[in-house]
Amino acid sequence: MLPFESLLKTLQTGSGFWNPLVWIVAIIVALLVVLIIRGFGKKDYKKGTSQTQAFLSGNPEYDKERMHIKGSNVYWGFSEILNWIINLLKKMHTGNVSDYVLWFVIIIAILFLSIIIPAGAI
Amino acid sequence: MNALEFFVVNSPIFAVAIPLLGAFLTPIFGMINDKLRNVFAIFIMIITTGIVFALSYDVVTNGIRTYIFGAQDLSLPVVRILFEVDAMSCFMAIISVILAVVALIYSWAFMKENTGLDKYYTLLLLMTTGMLGMELTGDMFNFFVFLEITSISSAALVAFWINRGKSVEAGFKYIVISTIGALFVLFSIALFYGQYNALNMAIIANSIQFTFLDKIALVLLIGALAMKAGIVPLHMWLPDAYSKAPSSVTLVLVAATQASLYGLLRLCFTIYGNMITLSPVSIGWLLVLFGIVTILLGVIMAIAQTDLKRLIAFAAVGEIGYMILGIGTGLVTMSPSISAAGLTALKGGIFHIMNDALDIGLMFLVAGAIFYATRETSLDRLGGLARNMKYTTAFFIIGLLAVSGLPPMNGFASKLLIYESTYQLNPILAIIAILASILLLAIFVKVLHSAFLGPALPRFNEVKEVPKSMLFAMAIIAGIIIVFGVFPDIIITNIVEPAANALVNNAGYISKILSLTGGA
Amino acid sequence: MIFNFPFIAVAALIIVGLYAVVFRKNLIKMIIGITIIESGVNLFLITLGYREGSIAPIYTSSPGGIMSLPVPQALTLTSIVIGVAVLALMLSLVIHIYRHYNTLDVRKIGGDEE
Repeated sequence: MLPFESLLKTLQTGSGFWNPLVWIVAIIVALLVVLIIRGFGKKDYKKGTSQTQAFLSGNPEYDKERMHIKGSNVYWGFSEILNWIINLLKKMHTGNVSDYVLWFVIIIAILFLSIIIPAGAI
Repeated sequence: MNALEFFVVNSPIFAVAIPLLGAFLTPIFGMINDKLRNVFAIFIMIITTGIVFALSYDVVTNGIRTYIFGAQDLSLPVVRILFEVDAMSCFMAIISVILAVVALIYSWAFMKENTGLDKYYTLLLLMTTGMLGMELTGDMFNFFVFLEITSISSAALVAFWINRGKSVEAGFKYIVISTIGALFVLFSIALFYGQYNALNMAIIANSIQFTFLDKIALVLLIGALAMKAGIVPLHMWLPDAYSKAPSSVTLVLVAATQASLYGLLRLCFTIYGNMITLSPVSIGWLLVLFGIVTILLGVIMAIAQTDLKRLIAFAAVGEIGYMILGIGTGLVTMSPSISAAGLTALKGGIFHIMNDALDIGLMFLVAGAIFYATRETSLDRLGGLARNMKYTTAFFIIGLLAVSGLPPMNGFASKLLIYESTYQLNPILAIIAILASILLLAIFVKVLHSAFLGPALPRFNEVKEVPKSMLFAMAIIAGIIIVFGVFPDIIITNIVEPAANALVNNAGYISKILSLTGGA
Repeated sequence: MIFNFPFIAVAALIIVGLYAVVFRKNLIKMIIGITIIESGVNLFLITLGYREGSIAPIYTSSPGGIMSLPVPQALTLTSIVIGVAVLALMLSLVIHIYRHYNTLDVRKIGGDEE
């Protein structure tokens, strides 16, 4: 049905192009390089000894529940900076269906003002 | 007329009628046996998928196909409903049926412990009927009817877990928003009918004058359909409904949202296609503005979420922004005349509709799998699941790469088209779009870390991999994502480009109907 | 001038309905607001089909003269039927909301269950 050559075609995007097959070849080459570098690593690693324990600047390891970084802590600093806009947006999402309809009325009014009024008379 | 020809000629009505009949036959099979009912529902949906694919193949090779209900002689002054199917309709119908099949397969295990599943399958098939009707019809009033069918059945499905107050409340919000939107759509249809004495989209598009009343209809239709499509700031029902519905329902809800988006495209490109340049404010720039606001709000809100499903829902809002951005850019570049750059933008926007449905759909399925296995959706209580759920983790990583537009997944191909074409329009737009993509990656890496990686939590020691039917459903979508990602050119030339050409070719859409009526 | 009254009534009904949905806090009153909008739209459809002095469009027993347009009436019937379905669904959801939260105030629902 489809000719085999069409599978290898490059996607033209006007000013650029994109060919995933070239990318996949590049990924495989990169993986090989990674494996080669990994091959230079130390071979005297032993499982089950203290080598496998987590090192926390000499502090004892907490239990697993406390060691896991929770979802709300992952981008803590990042979201701290964005806090002002996040709080503003969260205030918008009241969860109240009346407000949702009010937004609809507001948008209709804005569209009305921008599309109908500039055209002038009826 | 041989059997195959008969089948293709009648395929538009089969695509709507078979799931509709199947929906009401499902409870009868449910009385016999639960498994038989599930098989029957999947069987009906697979037949519908086959019909939609056959129809699409026919439309792409032979051009627009129409189906007339009632007497075939259109010169008589009798009002009747017409289905008009072009490549864009087929494109959207393909998305709907793929997601519906996957949702039905996923439901097998996911919904097994619930009661009232006869109604669940009936409503799911009805919802698919409504979406297919919206996408295949060529009649404004028919569009409204199918819009309401979709709204009613999806609101009932959002509230399916009726023992939870939040689900019922989300369902109530959804039905209120949908009803008000649909009523304003009906009001605009009445405005058209009062002026042009027609309900057919092509005939309205042919005689539209852009009078004062047409402008009111345009405003109301854009507002109502934008609300149903989840465009900021009318998106607020979307995170509520998406996050409180069962995951299999959310998957189909994504398609229902996009059916409304399709209505918006039909409105801008077909009905107002001849008149869009007369608008004092460029509708294209309006869509670009909506798109940018939608992307930014969706992404920023997604960063702050701690509930997995709500987070994905806000990411879905952001993804809707990309489609609107691509399509708006196409509309800006394309007026007054069709240009190659505008077509590229449009192709990107349309391709992204399909990619978003698949990527966000896969994410919701993974969230559903996590919920099924652990009964948790909060990211603060999850962790270390990759140890017990290897396949789900693999599917999540595929979805993560696809949503954030990383090569070689499908999201990259469409986003690349959008970036390049918006850069030619205005570099700032492309910069915002790329930044938001990076943020999307950050958001889902956060999910990957806090849900799948980290130390093994003792609470989840007993967690097992989800049943095979759910894995199979996720594998279907992941497979399509990889195929689309590795061979984007085939998909774009064979599916997306005909859709984009059909959308801009509104003269062809109009003349097809006028040639049937024998009119001017 | 007198023939514009139905259209003024349509606008008034839609605005009253929207007001009820946006500013009333009781869920039942919001649903009433939605039905008022729906009545406004239906009235608009019916008004479009009416001609002055026209009779009901029944071809077989027509005494002659002009008839009102049958199409908007068919549309209105469909719209009424859809409206009933939506109304029933909304009311049944409200019953369940009341069971979960023991209130019909739109500001108080949606939190964790009581």
